[in-house]
Amino acid sequence: MTLLVLDWLLIIEKLVLIAIIVFASLGIALYTTFAERKVAAILQDRPGPERAGPFGLFQPFADGLKLIMKEEITPNSSNKTLFILGPGLAMTAALMTCAVIPWGASVQLFGRTIDLQIADVNIGILYIFGVVSLGVYGIMIGGWASNNKFSLMAALRGASQAISYELAMGIALIALLMTTGSLSLKTIVEQQMAPGHLWNIAYQPIGFLLFFICAMAECNRTPFDLPEAENELNFGYHQEYSSMKLGFYLFSEYVNMIMSSAVMASLYFGGYDIPFFNEALLPQNIAALVGVGALLIKIVIFIFIFMWIRWTIPRFRYDQLMNLGWKSLIPIALVNMLITGAWILAKL
Amino acid sequence: MNTTEILFFFLSALAIFSAIMVLISKNPIHSVLWLVGVFFAISGHYILLNAQFLAIVNMIVYAGAIMVLFLFVVMLMNLNAETEPQKNLWMKLAGVISGGCLLMVFVSLVRQATDLNAKKAMTTTGDIGLIKNLGKLLFNEYVVPFEITSVLFLSAMIGAIVIGKKE
Repeated sequence: MTLLVLDWLLIIEKLVLIAIIVFASLGIALYTTFAERKVAAILQDRPGPERAGPFGLFQPFADGLKLIMKEEITPNSSNKTLFILGPGLAMTAALMTCAVIPWGASVQLFGRTIDLQIADVNIGILYIFGVVSLGVYGIMIGGWASNNKFSLMAALRGASQAISYELAMGIALIALLMTTGSLSLKTIVEQQMAPGHLWNIAYQPIGFLLFFICAMAECNRTPFDLPEAENELNFGYHQEYSSMKLGFYLFSEYVNMIMSSAVMASLYFGGYDIPFFNEALLPQNIAALVGVGALLIKIVIFIFIFMWIRWTIPRFRYDQLMNLGWKSLIPIALVNMLITGAWILAKL
Repeated sequence: MNTTEILFFFLSALAIFSAIMVLISKNPIHSVLWLVGVFFAISGHYILLNAQFLAIVNMIVYAGAIMVLFLFVVMLMNLNAETEPQKNLWMKLAGVISGGCLLMVFVSLVRQATDLNAKKAMTTTGDIGLIKNLGKLLFNEYVVPFEITSVLFLSAMIGAIVIGKKE
């Protein structure tokens, strides 16, 4: 039987890894919604959700159940196929990013060395860019297919915002890539783990700041949540959505947040590197697991900062958003790139 | 069949099916989305040829940027199946014949080209499409044309802004 000459063990290994990472991301996203409400409550000096379970810990399940049980309404004049495709695309694009993020070093299981990364492609960062640029389709298709003027306006806003901030993000990244000399996320993380090498934040502080701002804009987080500005556009691009389709849109925002936190942690904060500690002292498997824990802690810190900013800073006006993107961030990113280039030349 | 062959046939079928759907979809938005599907399949082919950089740039530039702009325009023009102008039958026939002629020219060209004869595609072994080799080639051997192209792009961008700017 030579019909399928495949390495079935490898395929099974990768499928299991994909399943674990996807479900873990969804689980974290579930509790991020809870954390968001709690953080908002703390910042506004009120208790927040506390009725469902101890400390309100079952609240996300109650929310999810509520969304699933709600009646699903498809507007009469909408484009039915695209109306369903929109939230699906948003979610898929959000989850696809996890493929190239190195979640940890390799572990030894059943005599196999398993990398805790789905695919170590040598263009990892560009892949993330590609997927992020596809995320726009979810918003645009959903907004257009609803056949609602507010939704369409919001979709156009969302798309132009994403495209504008991708530019500054890309240029900020180029400066980082000039110092690392590699596009593979795994290589970048390993470089930062090497003794005598600081985390990239030390070499690229301005670049990180730019990247962080742009990531916030790409995730449609306040102060950049213009596609869902409820006082201008009713509810934004997902206005006509109900039930779990709406849930997908809201949820994909949280998944996006987790993924961009993971990317930022890997690029600028050493990924699964444990600070001030040499991982080689521990047995391989334990070191890898502790590394995964370190990465998760970094992600949680980033998510908290995202929320902190959301509940502190009010939303930008649309012209302010465009001015910030095109007239401030891009020139700063360009200057940052030039300085980095000069620094590399001077070091040679 | 090994993995590469399975992927090749799957991607080819996907590309051809999506391309046909681009043509026969009544709704222009559907056409645009099928075209995105074509770009995806083509990117997959690039990856099979081990040209990862080309694959991802194809995805970022075409699927991510240009098609989004297409989608913008089509959405704002509010094209519906009802408002679509109906071309007459002779126009369609002429289009089919001239398109067929073009296809024939292409096929004969590929068949006869001495550069292509007896050469196999380097699936998963070629390394010219990797970003390192491509970068070295572009910035050493072809640096002058490359820079001139970038200036050309810049001038096109500035030209578009000047034309689009209100007096």
